[in-house]
Formats: sequence, structure tokens, C-alpha cells
Amino acid sequence: MQSVTANLALLGRSVLDRVAAIGRAGMVLMQAVIARPDPLTSFPLLVRQLYSVGVLSMVIIIVSGLFIGMVLALQGYTILVDYGTEQAVGQMVALSLVRELAPVVTALLFAGRAGSALTAEIGLMKTTEQLSSMEMIGVDPLRRIIAPRFWAGLICLPILTMIFSAVGIWGGMLVGVDWLGIYEGSFWANMQNSVDFFDDVLNGLIKSLVFGVVVTWVAVFQGYDSVPTSEGISQATTKTVVYSSLAVLGLDFILTALMFGDL
Amino acid sequence: MRNRGIELGVGVFMLVGMLSLAMLAISVSGLTLAKQEGSYKIYARFENAGGLTARSKVTMSGVAIGKVTNISIDRQKLMALVEMEINADVDYLTSDSSASILTAGLLGEKYVGITTGAADDEILKEGDFIEDTQSSLVLEELIGKFLFNQASE
Repeated sequence: MQSVTANLALLGRSVLDRVAAIGRAGMVLMQAVIARPDPLTSFPLLVRQLYSVGVLSMVIIIVSGLFIGMVLALQGYTILVDYGTEQAVGQMVALSLVRELAPVVTALLFAGRAGSALTAEIGLMKTTEQLSSMEMIGVDPLRRIIAPRFWAGLICLPILTMIFSAVGIWGGMLVGVDWLGIYEGSFWANMQNSVDFFDDVLNGLIKSLVFGVVVTWVAVFQGYDSVPTSEGISQATTKTVVYSSLAVLGLDFILTALMFGDL
Repeated sequence: MRNRGIELGVGVFMLVGMLSLAMLAISVSGLTLAKQEGSYKIYARFENAGGLTARSKVTMSGVAIGKVTNISIDRQKLMALVEMEINADVDYLTSDSSASILTAGLLGEKYVGITTGAADDEILKEGDFIEDTQSSLVLEELIGKFLFNQASE
């Protein structure tokens, strides 16, 4: 009997902990968004974060975009050539990249490349008590540390997604047109006929914006909320990658159903 | 001078992103900067609008002049009612035009083809109907007809 109540209490406590964690995450998000940046001091901070979050992620995004576009074209060609419609490869590559693959794969790579780095960095700052020292000298760490990183992630992910799509379509063209010999004119014409700027490209951009919010939010919160030990940082980093990947995949389904469900 | 390098890197990053968006807009989605000059809606009833979807093209002599915006059932005549948006600069569709549902290629998408008639004095306006229509080709019906003819011979 004693152990049953103890277990129940444990269960209740862990549920309450989760709810409290969600509450803390919401508060961090609110304060990071609301913290009105002072343009003189925070712009250099933002540029610095844009560099480490965005510019340094560019290589992995370009390389994976190129290969995913090439693989899509190759696989699409082997299937479509049976029906004599290999010109539709351009349409297939462009639509699947712009609508789905570019936002999702970029967000997943971004979570692994930049999100984990953000968590580890903030977690280490917390462990070495840099955050509390900042508070002590009257600097709000949410404004100085969290806000620029959050905004940088939010700005970078849509840009990276656009780069991913463009490079992927170029890779698809390399394989389809230059290697497999699809006629270039129909490759582009089919693509332009089927891809709509507002329905496809802009919806992909909106998706990546949502993913940007979610991934950076999870990353900065996990770092800010980590247990200040070396083990805690490693756990927080793992959690960042796992939670943000799951959130991206789940949200992608919901967004796709909302945006393209009736097409 | 390290700061300068960072600023340059971020600048290049932003530029590459904007270039990618421009490429997606212009060469992938074929967005034109030409101003949309408004449009007007015309309607047509078809026996069978199978395969036609919203956003399908409306063409005349193979040139796109508009798109299908809505497909529903006309409750009185129990036929498919297709609503089409025609670009405003196309002001030469006569009232005796005919509309048919055509297929691009053997397995391609369906689209509406409009052929103008001879009544030069009456031009289709917003809300008008095209009376002369031809439905989409349904393969099963064709095969059925063919078999029926074979059997009756």
C-alpha cells in the first residue's frame, strides 16, 4: 500500500514537472520575443549569431541539398521513364523539394548542426555561472544571450531552406538534364506549369518559419533550463535534437494537411 | 578586423538566400512581374467534369487565358458546374463559344479548351454561361460503347 501511494506521488510529480517545464519554456519564449532589442548594442550580437548559426550551417545545407536533389531526379527518372513521362522529373523534384523536403530536411539538419550547438553553449554558460554573473552585474541574460540567438535562428532557417531548394533543383537538373538526357525545355516548362509561387514556394517558406521558431525555441530553452553539470549539458543537447526533430516532423504533417490538404 | 569578416559572411549568406528565393520565384515557379489585370468569371455546365480540378488551365488555341476556380454540382440540372476565371484582357469570347474538357497528352492533366464562335456582337461577360460544352473523355465509357457496337454487329 505504501509503495502504491509512493508511485502515484512520483507519477504526479513527474507530470507536474513537465507542466512546469512547458510553462518555463513559454516564459522564456515570451521574454525573448518581447525583450525589445536596443539597436546599438544588440545588432552586433545578432550579426554574430547569424554568423555562427546561419553562415556556418551553409556548407552542410548546400551539400545535402545537392545530393537530395540528385537522388530525387535519379529515382524519379527510373520510375517515370517506364511511362514515357520522364519530362515530369523536373516537376516532381521541384514540388517535393519546395513543399516538403526542403523545409523538413533543413530543419532537421539545423537542429543537429545549430540547435545542439546553441544548447551546449548556453548550458555551459549556465554551468560556469556566466548567466548568474550577468544577472549580478545587472545584465538580463534573456536579453543579452537568449534573444539574439532566438532571432538569429528564426531568420536563418527560412534563408537556409531557400538555399536548400534552389541547390536541390539545380542538382536535379544536373542529373536529369545533363546526365540522363531529359530535354531541358520540357524539364523547366513542366516545372513552371506545376509550381505556383504563392501556393508552393511561399507555403514552404511559412513552414520553414514555423520550424525556425520551434527548433530555436527548443534549443535555447533546453540550454537555459539544463541541469548545470556536464551530464546535464549532454542530456540537454540530446533532448534538443530529439524534441525538435519530433516537433518538426509532427508539425510538418499538420501544416501540410492545412496547406495542401485540398489540392 | 574579425568583426568585418563576420559581417561579410552574414552579408554573403543573406544575399545567397535572396538569390535562391529569386531563382525559385522566377525560374521554378515562373512568376512574372506583369501586373495581374483582374479577371472575370464565366460558367459552363458539363455532363462529366471527371479529372478537372481547381487551378486547372483554361486555354484558347492552346494559350492559357485563365484558370478553373471551382467545380460543383448544379442542383437544378444535375450537371457539373465549372466556374472559370478569365483574364480581363481576353474580351473576345463570343456568347456562342464552346468549351470542352481536354487532356494534355495521353496521361496528362485535364484542362478546359474554349473555341470561339461566330456571334461577334455578343461577348461573354462576368457571370455568363457557355452553353455549348463537351465533357471529358472517360476511357471506360469509350470501351463500353466500343464493346456495345461490336456486339450489335
